[in-house]
Amino acid sequence: MFAFIVSRLLQAIPVMLVVALISFAMFAYVGDPVAIMLGQDFTEAQRAKLVQDLGLDQPFFVQFLKFVANAAQGEFGLSYRLSRPVAELIAERAPATLELAFCAAGLALVVGVPMGVYTGLYRNSWLSRLFLTFSLIGVSLPTFLIGILLILVFSVWLGWLPSFGRGEVVQLGWWSTGFLTWSGIKALILPSITLGLFQLTLIMRLVRAEMLEVLRTDYIKFARARGLGNRAVHFGHALKNTLVPVITIAGLQLGAIIAFAIVTETVFQWPGMGLLFIQSVGVADIPVMAAYLMLIAAVFVTINLVVDLLYYAVDPRLRVDRGVARGH
Amino acid sequence: MSDAPLLEVKDLRVEFPTRRGTLVALDGVSFSIAPGEVLGVVGESGAGKSMTGAAIIGLLEPPGRIAGGEIRLNGRRIDNLPYEQMRRVRGREIGAIFQDPLTTLNPLYTVGHQLIETMRTHLDLSAAEARARAISWLEMVGIPAAAQRVDSYPHEFSGGMRQRVVIALALCAEPKLVVADEPTTALDVSIQAQVIALLKRLAREKGTSMMLVTHDMGVIAETADRVAVMYAGRIAEIGPVREVVKHPKHPYTAGLMASIPPLDRKVEHLAQIEGAMPRLSAIPKGCAFNPRCPKVFDRCRHERPDLMDTGATHAACWLYDKVENYA
Repeated sequence: MFAFIVSRLLQAIPVMLVVALISFAMFAYVGDPVAIMLGQDFTEAQRAKLVQDLGLDQPFFVQFLKFVANAAQGEFGLSYRLSRPVAELIAERAPATLELAFCAAGLALVVGVPMGVYTGLYRNSWLSRLFLTFSLIGVSLPTFLIGILLILVFSVWLGWLPSFGRGEVVQLGWWSTGFLTWSGIKALILPSITLGLFQLTLIMRLVRAEMLEVLRTDYIKFARARGLGNRAVHFGHALKNTLVPVITIAGLQLGAIIAFAIVTETVFQWPGMGLLFIQSVGVADIPVMAAYLMLIAAVFVTINLVVDLLYYAVDPRLRVDRGVARGH
Repeated sequence: MSDAPLLEVKDLRVEFPTRRGTLVALDGVSFSIAPGEVLGVVGESGAGKSMTGAAIIGLLEPPGRIAGGEIRLNGRRIDNLPYEQMRRVRGREIGAIFQDPLTTLNPLYTVGHQLIETMRTHLDLSAAEARARAISWLEMVGIPAAAQRVDSYPHEFSGGMRQRVVIALALCAEPKLVVADEPTTALDVSIQAQVIALLKRLAREKGTSMMLVTHDMGVIAETADRVAVMYAGRIAEIGPVREVVKHPKHPYTAGLMASIPPLDRKVEHLAQIEGAMPRLSAIPKGCAFNPRCPKVFDRCRHERPDLMDTGATHAACWLYDKVENYA
């Protein structure tokens, strides 16, 4: 097990290096940091000094190694736009995005899995048809439209929920949380639904398809032939066998939720990393963009590792070290 | 063997409603199994052997359904039981063994878990008692080091060993009848004999009756007391194994037996029955076998024969209609 984790971490290194290379390339090819930092009025000497200070006169790979070394310590330099350390900016924004992402993912799982199981078991009932129709809407409507519609109904017409921001937050050390105040929780509802709806319908459809598949297998027929009750057959035997693909997709989707919360954060003016990113793109604030890219890559790598570990927990066939099929 | 049959199937009819009309998969199937008896069921693929087994355990694949007749176990009708009551019959009163041991065990649970779960569904046992019994069942079906292997997963066993586990699972709640659907077809030839010997021994020890579905006449000859030969969803002939094998009465059975290569003499060509079994959507009028039958006569093309007494066996063939012959 330990060897497995180590080998996975080693495999992550090339992935992170490639992402670092792409991030680093942005400095060279998207805009000219020197021009941005000097402004309109400068002398040639000032320019040369800045180029030297920034290390831009050094060979490419030396610059890249420096970038990687700094990045490994969470050091991404100053934001061009806000002139503050990028790491600090991201640490400030991360709690908002992570809380939103986990609420959205939790919603998608807690609602999506049972709906998928139900539609898989009773595929001809009217409720299943209703769920499937609803899921089609979830899959086909663009996120921003769902967000705007929700705001229209629940904020503008009904006035129940806030249409933007995080509400009141409480500081726990460096982490700011919206879970501890009523307004913070209320503010989470609409963005979570908006962000999670697509994943919810995706998970529901996936679970349904897997359930239909598994329910046809011989071991389910045999479980019934052994006289096991419906609960044991459906949840003990069928659902557990659908989990491996569901974990894969759910894991990747969690990554996607964190990475692509951008649209939802924009619609709801949610003070998270996505909003920070989109504002940075607008002014070519490359250090922020590079850091964001690296961070998202790290998130995906981590989630993949967790997903692989969960496979091991679920499927004994993958625990190769425990013993190969022994003769009869 | 006592007189009261354990299982009694009468005029069983199974239909599959499809868009292009209803297919009749089983038609007028009647037979019984006495306590402790082994009934072999043979026939070509699609003859309805497995379908009969599935109907008895109440697990026909939808949209297949029992459209007529009745199935009685110990005199009690079980073909029309509500799902929950039938569930209690399955495993507890009728055990089932399926064809492919590689797919019948849930890969995510240890064999011990699956045994314990089955026993505790039907019998009043504590977890510790059930575990002890699971181990002794594994020993009974011939799994070495059962006390350790009880915590192994199915993929850690070979095919033959897995089928032994399946047999333990089918028998662990001590059913009176076991429906074994081609239990050795998916196994290596060398393993087949072992598994059949095991089944035979356990059935005898426990006094369990068995319906053994197979297309292997060798297995039937070795294991069964009586045999039913099925053709196109009907029983063509049923009787004691010896009689059916040595003196088949129905022309289809005779053809089937002639197509088994004899070991004691050399033959140039194997006998074969001309043509193929009809599809369910095109079963001929009269006797289903009439287009292929070497002894066909006019009546076979119009009237359908029921099982008739031929002396030692019963055959669904007009050749044995005594009323007509003596007239």
